[in-house]
Amino acid sequence: MVTKTVIIKNRAGLHARPAALIVKKANEFDSDIYLELEDMKVNGKSIMGIITLGANYKAEITISADGEDENQAVDAIANLFENRFEEE
Amino acid sequence: MKEFTVLDLLNMDLKEHNTLNLKCIAGRKGLTREITDPELNRPGLTLSGFFDEFAFHRIQLFGKGEAAYISRLENQNKMESIEKMFTYHLSCCLFSNAHTPGPRFLELAEKSGCSVLQTDLSSAKISMRLLRALSNVFAPHKLIHGVLVEVFGIGILITGSSGVGKSESALELIERGHRLIADDSVELRNISGNILMGSGKDQVLGHHMEIRGLGIINVSYLFGVGSIRDRKQVQLVVELEDWDSEKVYDRLGSGDSTREILGVKIPLVIVPVKAGRNIPIIIETAAMNERLKKLGYYAAREFDQNVLKWLESKTARNLYFNSSDIF
Repeated sequence: MVTKTVIIKNRAGLHARPAALIVKKANEFDSDIYLELEDMKVNGKSIMGIITLGANYKAEITISADGEDENQAVDAIANLFENRFEEE
Repeated sequence: MKEFTVLDLLNMDLKEHNTLNLKCIAGRKGLTREITDPELNRPGLTLSGFFDEFAFHRIQLFGKGEAAYISRLENQNKMESIEKMFTYHLSCCLFSNAHTPGPRFLELAEKSGCSVLQTDLSSAKISMRLLRALSNVFAPHKLIHGVLVEVFGIGILITGSSGVGKSESALELIERGHRLIADDSVELRNISGNILMGSGKDQVLGHHMEIRGLGIINVSYLFGVGSIRDRKQVQLVVELEDWDSEKVYDRLGSGDSTREILGVKIPLVIVPVKAGRNIPIIIETAAMNERLKKLGYYAAREFDQNVLKWLESKTARNLYFNSSDIF
């Protein structure tokens, strides 16, 4: 199990498009992937789940993965956050 | 858990017989104070100057009696106990029966930064409704990955790993006239210790589904308001899993397996998924079977008893026909 904490850098927060990007990336890996915000923990492979977090600008998200390719999975998803999902 | 403030209490979206009819009449600064205790306190003793064991962190409910006592204190110019009460960090003061306390009370509240709320309901009604609403807020809760549907009146939580076909099964159930409560993220609350209530996390996101290949759809627009529900008690858990030829599945249905969620035991059905198996129909049947069980009819048990009876009568008959005695 690997975890990593990231901060949302794009102004609009986790809306539908970033959520879709995360899910697309997460589905490339076999590991179970979760995103956590405060007391909510959702499946990283489900769009509605990620949107349910209601994560806005500067929110702190903990990404966790469990499985064979857990390291690559966490890094790849953290990378999306770093790149602001190619947004403002 | 996130802080629950007085402002959150005012903003609670309750309907009809649950509404609290609250408004803030003074001490707006105090709206950001946190409510930490789901109970109420009637501060009669406090007003008379007895401060031992004063439950100041609770919501202070002033009924007709307390309100009358305050106006007498104000008239007699004996404000010491009220002044002392406001030195405590009260969560908020609440007046029932639309009573407005005197200006000096409000002034003291304003000064100490404690909000004063008012409702037109009677003390008995407001305390009942407040306790109900607060016990909901303070109930242990958890966000679960799954779909909650109502099938023939039974709340069914469909769980299983990502991509096993939860949403697709739910979609077909909706198409067949059943109702969706929440897709993907279901918020479960343990109410009064033995009831598990499920709802969507947020009204804004409610009743949308993500179907692979279609994207996000709005169920209430597509299938009408008859196909949705805001909340429902979870009465059955259906777990979908990929068919495993090695695994032994329940063939009789007499085993009462349960899943414990937030301390509540819910009947569990594990359904293996394989091409050619119509999952929605299996779920529908599981729901009807659950209803029968609630009515006291256990198909598997009844069947077993009938078989036993039949075997018994057969042995008895054989005994009779094969005996050499002539009756």
